[in-house]
Amino acid sequence: MALFLVNILDGLVTGLLLFMLCSGLTLIFSMMGVLNFAHASFYMLGAYFAYQISTITGFWLGLLVAPVIVGVFGALIERYGLRRVHKYGHVPELIFTFGLALLIEEVIQFFWGKSQMAYSEPEALNFAAFAIAGNSFPAYKVFMIFVAMGLFLTLLYILTKTRIGMTIQAALSYPETVQNLGHNVPLVFMGVFGVGTAMAGLAGVIAGPVLGTFPGMAVQLGSIVFVTIVIGGLGSLWGALVASLIIGWLQTFAAAYNVAMEDILTFFGFTKPENIWDHPLQDLWTLTLPQIGPILPYLLMVFVLVLRPQGLMGKRET
Amino acid sequence: MNKFKSLLVGAVVAGLAATSAMAQEKVRIAFIDPLSGPFASTGNQGLSIYRHAVDELVNKKGALLNGAAEFEIVPFDNKISAKESLIQLQVAIDQGIRFIAQGASSGVANALTDAIKKHNKRNPDSQVIFLNHSAVDPALTNDKCNFWHFRFDANADIKMDALTDDIAGNEDIKKVYIIGQDYSFGKAVAAAATRFLGEKRPDIEIVGNELHPIGKVKDFTPYARKVIASEADAVITGNWGGDMVGLGKAIMGAGFTKPIYTYYGATSGITANFGDQGDGIVKLAGAGQVNPPLSADAEAFTASYYEKFPELDLGQPQMANVAPMLAAAINEVGNADDVKAIAYALEGMEHDGILTGKTVMRESDHQAIQTVTVQGQASEGLTFDYDNSGHGMIAETVVELASADEPTTCKMKRP
Repeated sequence: MALFLVNILDGLVTGLLLFMLCSGLTLIFSMMGVLNFAHASFYMLGAYFAYQISTITGFWLGLLVAPVIVGVFGALIERYGLRRVHKYGHVPELIFTFGLALLIEEVIQFFWGKSQMAYSEPEALNFAAFAIAGNSFPAYKVFMIFVAMGLFLTLLYILTKTRIGMTIQAALSYPETVQNLGHNVPLVFMGVFGVGTAMAGLAGVIAGPVLGTFPGMAVQLGSIVFVTIVIGGLGSLWGALVASLIIGWLQTFAAAYNVAMEDILTFFGFTKPENIWDHPLQDLWTLTLPQIGPILPYLLMVFVLVLRPQGLMGKRET
Repeated sequence: MNKFKSLLVGAVVAGLAATSAMAQEKVRIAFIDPLSGPFASTGNQGLSIYRHAVDELVNKKGALLNGAAEFEIVPFDNKISAKESLIQLQVAIDQGIRFIAQGASSGVANALTDAIKKHNKRNPDSQVIFLNHSAVDPALTNDKCNFWHFRFDANADIKMDALTDDIAGNEDIKKVYIIGQDYSFGKAVAAAATRFLGEKRPDIEIVGNELHPIGKVKDFTPYARKVIASEADAVITGNWGGDMVGLGKAIMGAGFTKPIYTYYGATSGITANFGDQGDGIVKLAGAGQVNPPLSADAEAFTASYYEKFPELDLGQPQMANVAPMLAAAINEVGNADDVKAIAYALEGMEHDGILTGKTVMRESDHQAIQTVTVQGQASEGLTFDYDNSGHGMIAETVVELASADEPTTCKMKRP
C-alpha cells in the first residue's frame, strides 16, 4: 500500500512533466495545424541553457532566464523561419521543424559535447521532503509538482479569462475574421509559438536535473509527446493534462509491478514448457510487465484512435 | 688519405640517411570504434588513451625495433555497427594495416573476430591480429575464441569474480538486487552475479533480478522504489551510459545509501552527475587503477595524459597495455610483417602493465590476466579526478592476477 502511494506520487510527477511539454505543443498545433517536430528540442535547449547559467549564477536564475531565452529563440524561428515556409503548405513546414530538430541536436553536441552534463538540483531543495516506508520523496519533486500545476492554472486563466486569451482562441479558429477585426494575427501566432517553446524550455529546466541533460534527451521524449497529445485530443489543454497524467501513471505502474506472463499463462491453465530456453514461445513466456511498459502508451494511442479518433477531449474530427 | 676521408664521410652520410629512412617506417594500428553518434564519447576516450600510450610508452622511448619504427594509430569510425565495422576492417586491410584494435560493444567484437578468422585462413599473405581492448563478453575467449584474437580487458566474469569477492567480504550484505539492460551483456552480468554469489555466499538472498529495456527508460524512479522496497543491502548493475546515470541517480534519490556495484559507473559525465551523492556508494569493478597510482611512472603517465586531454578521462587503464605489448612482440620477432610469429610472441607474454600491474596474456585462451580492482567513488585522497568534478574512483579491493586459474572452454586451433 505504501509503495502504491509512492508510485501515485511518482506517476504524478512524470505526468505533470509530460504535460508541460504537451501543453505548448498542442497549442502550437491547433494554431498552425502542423506538428512541431522540434518541440522536444526546445525542451533540450532549455535544459542546456539552464545548466550553462547555473554554472555561473546557480539554479534559480537559470530557472527564470533559460525559458525566456528559449521562448525568444522560438519566436524568432517562427518569425524568420516557419512564417516564410508557411506559404508553401504543411509538408514544407513539417520538414522544416524536422530539420530544425536535427540541427539543434547537432549544435548542442558541437558546443557541449556528447557526455551527460552535471546539471543538478539546487542545494536548497536537495533533501528528502518526506518518506513513505523508507522511500524518500525528494523536495525537488514536490517543487516540480507545484511549478507544473502553477503553469497549468496560469495558462488556463489566460486562455479563458483574459482578452489576450480570447483573441488567441478566436485566431485559432477563424484567423481571417480576427484579422479583419483589426488584430495582428501573425503577431499572435508568433507569441503563441514563443510561449509554447518557452514552456517546453521550462520543462527542460526542471526536468534536466532529474532525467539527465544529454544530447539524446529530446529524442527520448519526442515520440511520447506526440502520443500524449493525440490521446488527449489535438489542441485541447485539458486533454493534454488528462492524457499526460494517464501516461505518467501507466508508465510508473508498469515499471513498478513485476507481473510476469508466466504467472498469467499458468493461471489460465497452461503449463510452462520444460526446456524454456529452446522453446519457440520463449519470448512470450518470459515477458514481464516492466519490459512492455514503454510500449503501453502507444497501445493506448491505437485504442483511442480506433474508438475515439478525435482524442479523449478533442473537438475536431481531423 | 683524402679518399679514405671522403669514404668515411660518405659512409656516415649513408648511415644517417638509412637510419632516418628507417625511423620513418610506420607500423599502423587500425582503431575501429564509434567516433560519431551517441557512443562517440566512449570511442574518443579510447582513442585518446591509445594515442597517449603509443606516444609515451613506445614512440618517445624508441621502444619499437630499437627506434627503427614507430606506431601510428589510424582511426576508423564504425558508428558502433557491426556491418560498418566489417567494411572498415576491409578498408584497413586493403591499406596494408595488419593490427586491428576494437573494443566498444561485444556485438561488434563477435563479428570482427569471425571475419578476421576467415580472412586469415583465406589470405595467408595478409593476415591480421585482432587487439580487443574492452569488449568483455566471456564467449570471445571461451567458445568463440580464436588464435588471432587477444583480449586486453578483464572479461565480464573476471570482473564479477572480483566484485563478488568484495561483496562476500562484507558481512553486512545479506540481500542483493541485480538490475541490468535487457540484452546479451545485461543477461551475462546477471547470470555471473547469481553464479558467483551462490558459490561464495550462499546465505545471500537475491531479492531482485530484473532487466529493463535498454535506452528506453526515461525515468528510473519506479525501479528505484522496488529496490528500496526489497530492502536490498547492495545493488549490482552492468548498465552503462545514460542508463547508468538514470538508474544511479534514481536509486540514490530514493534514499538508498548502500553500495551500488557497477561495471561502468564512472567517467563520461557519470561521475560528475553522481557528485557528492555517489561518494562512498558507487563502486566499480575494472582492470587496473588510476587512484592511487601504482608507481611514480604510472603517476607521470597519467598526469601527462590529463595535460594532453583535460576534457577526457583515463577510464580504461588496460588500454595502455596494448601498444607496449604489441611492441614487445614485434621486437621479439624482429619485424612487423610476420603477423603469425607476432601472434605467437604475444601468446603467454608477461608484461609489467603501467596501470594494471603484472599482466599475462594467457596462452590457453588469449585472455589478459591482470590486476582487477573494485574501486569506490570518493572526493578525498584522489590523485586524479574524473570529469573535472573533484570526484573520482579509488581502488579499494585489489586482486593481482585476478582469475588466473579460472577455467576456459577455449580449444585454440593454432595455424
